[in-house]
Amino acid sequence: MKVPYPIFRTEDLCAYYGDFMAIKHVTVSIPEHQVTAVMGPSGCGKTTFIRCLNRLHELLPGARITGKIYLRDEDILELDPIIVRRRVGMVFQRPNPFPTMTIYENVLAGYKLLGIRLKREEADRIVEDALRKAALWDEVKDVLHRRGTFLSGGQQQRLCIARALAVNPEVLLMDEPTSALDPKATLQIENLIVELKNTVTIVIVTHNMPQAGRISDYTAFFYMGELIEFGPTAEVFTNPKDPRTEEYLTGKFS
Amino acid sequence: MRNQDPRKTPFPARENWRRMKNRIILTVITVLALLPAIPLFLILFQLLKEGLSSLSLDFFLHLPAPPGEPGGGGIANALVGTLIIVGLAVLIGVPVSILAGIYLSEYGRHGKLSETIRVCADVLQGVPSIVIGIVAYAWVVKPMGHFSALSGSVALALMMIPVVVRTTEEVLRLVPDILREAALALGVPYWRTVLKVVLPTGMVGVSTGILIAVARIAGETAPLLFTAFGNQFLTLNPLEPMSALPLVIFNYAMSPYEDWWRQAWGASLVLVFMVLGLNIVSRILARKIAGEK
Amino acid sequence: MRNLEEKLKNQARYDALFRRLAQAMGVLVILLVIGVFFTLVKESWPAIKAFGLRFLWTTTWDPINLEFGALPFLVGTLITSFLALAMATPFALAGAIFLGELAPPKVANPVSFVIELLAGIPSVIYGLWALFYLVPLVRYFQMKIGAPPYGLGLFTASLVLAIMILPYAMSVARDVIRLVPQDLKEAAYSLGATRWETIRHVVLPYARSGILAGIVLALGRALGETMAVTMVIGNRSAMPHSIWDLANTMASVIANEFTEATEDVHLAALVEIGLLLFIITVVVNLIARLVIIKTRVR
Repeated sequence: MKVPYPIFRTEDLCAYYGDFMAIKHVTVSIPEHQVTAVMGPSGCGKTTFIRCLNRLHELLPGARITGKIYLRDEDILELDPIIVRRRVGMVFQRPNPFPTMTIYENVLAGYKLLGIRLKREEADRIVEDALRKAALWDEVKDVLHRRGTFLSGGQQQRLCIARALAVNPEVLLMDEPTSALDPKATLQIENLIVELKNTVTIVIVTHNMPQAGRISDYTAFFYMGELIEFGPTAEVFTNPKDPRTEEYLTGKFS
Repeated sequence: MRNQDPRKTPFPARENWRRMKNRIILTVITVLALLPAIPLFLILFQLLKEGLSSLSLDFFLHLPAPPGEPGGGGIANALVGTLIIVGLAVLIGVPVSILAGIYLSEYGRHGKLSETIRVCADVLQGVPSIVIGIVAYAWVVKPMGHFSALSGSVALALMMIPVVVRTTEEVLRLVPDILREAALALGVPYWRTVLKVVLPTGMVGVSTGILIAVARIAGETAPLLFTAFGNQFLTLNPLEPMSALPLVIFNYAMSPYEDWWRQAWGASLVLVFMVLGLNIVSRILARKIAGEK
Repeated sequence: MRNLEEKLKNQARYDALFRRLAQAMGVLVILLVIGVFFTLVKESWPAIKAFGLRFLWTTTWDPINLEFGALPFLVGTLITSFLALAMATPFALAGAIFLGELAPPKVANPVSFVIELLAGIPSVIYGLWALFYLVPLVRYFQMKIGAPPYGLGLFTASLVLAIMILPYAMSVARDVIRLVPQDLKEAAYSLGATRWETIRHVVLPYARSGILAGIVLALGRALGETMAVTMVIGNRSAMPHSIWDLANTMASVIANEFTEATEDVHLAALVEIGLLLFIITVVVNLIARLVIIKTRVR
């Protein structure tokens, strides 16, 4: 289906683990400045799909990708993966701040780890800006130079979001970012996601249906590696075209 | 553990015998287990007794003196020598080992090359230290034409490489993959991810491995016999023959002078403190890692 | 963002470069082992050429007339190592059972700690202690039983070797015994087995190959051990006839004569002994490795 202002467009995308085909001929466009939820039963390829979008998938031994993935009309499979990953950030299932770094250093990791030197004021500005966007600034502004590992799970996850935002990505991929968190922390992250879509396009994997309903504008539904349904969330949820989507939404399989 | 009441079992005599046998054998095992403690504690006790009497400030600050001379001489040159020889060995061995460990953990977890490297590291670790000494003699002493501290360091580096390679690999493997992915997803190239995220995360473990290796090589004598060779004088030049604590202990112990025997005990006590200190520190570090998990 | 593009331009190349560097250091480990072997062969070549296989089974070691046969040292090494192993194994095993099964953790943990520290004491210090305390003791004992009262010799060397490998063998065996699953032991207890019966029929069979690997590794250490043996074995390069004899092992003859050898053939003969020692220890270690792999597979 056509969407207004697509930022990502895949054409006949297939992803493999060795001989196993995890993503089968997916053609889809993802709209800019919207939240797109990627849903489907476990093992349906939803995580694999978003890991193709920042070329993390191909790092696994035996993994490969065929087809095309356009990011604003550039095929990212032709680009340097490092450039792609600077433009497409990612937040993972479990919070993973770098344990050897302070909160401040963690936010700047996208610069420090690349050996990019920043002026003191610029660094401070980036850190404050990213932490504010991630709604973490007020909680950590007095402990910026302590290790991030003492923070709660939800705070750690927001720190990881700040880390991803600090390099100003165009797209933020989120792989079940709340599955390791308690309900209160989950709610905070959900509110954050809705706010963030003004700055960045978000693609979020979730198998929490109410969550997808609360936060997403579009929903892509995967089943056994195939994209079987894509459209505005309200439409997909109320009036699914594919019987398998309906079965999933009504809880026939998980 | 006590089973049924013996009165109710069909074979009370047999039951009693089983219980008795259990008690006898466990007693024998306990006695056998405790007997070796006697010589081991005697060694420590006599080392302390003999060694402490020859320790003094002069002993650390003076150079060796001929036997019988008042004041007795000291081990300053051997102390400095051990530090230089071991330090050089660390400089030679550690970068090689860490890189090889990185290869095994980050690039070649599986595969024939890695398996061969692992087997070779095990083989190298098993090579007797005296044989390592011969090899360092052939590689460094022969081409240079004379003994040198450097050749001793090469020998000791050969001994520490397998230890550090294997601990580096094991430690880096424990670093969770999600940290690697976090860095890669920020657009960090893999080599920087390894050097700036993976290695620092595993650094405590790697340091433990290095300390254990240093503790092991610091007391090695055989590989130094025909490499560093020994020197009556203080030298800082690694291209000259150099003294080391283990060499002094050996040479003085085998000498016919009571003066020197006394100094051999003193030097031994110093060496044991060094080695045990390193071992204890490395164990505390190791426990710290285990505690963090 | 110019800065960034500059930074990123060469990253792919650096990535490949770093990978190459790490791989090269890994390959270096292989080359070192090969290098050790070829160096030993090359340096001992004059002796190999001069004596051929005879080197292995002749008993004359004569640096004056340049006639060299290594059998006395082969025998010396085998006798001291196996004697040490025979003396140490029962104690090591008993110690491992005691620490792994019998002693409460409050006792077992500090004792294990001390044992591991003892395993780290340099061998030259064991040698020093043996020279001044063990040798007089053995001499006294030899006089009592009417053996030649040297004090030094094969027996003393074996004794100090046994003391040295004991902590090592014990801690390996204890580690293996600790791996025996608790539920297996509880199954035996619940069938009414006594503690000893559980150890005998459950713990030891389960840990058997691991203990065996530990013993083989300890043997590897004993074979190559140099300093302590050199200091108490008596440095006599002739065929030993009894365990009270002065003798030399392969390692000790190298330690004693290497710096004094002036003739090329003499030096080459010593290196050839080193080569033999290398081959023997490699084989022993590979056997231990095989045993360990087998254990893991099970």
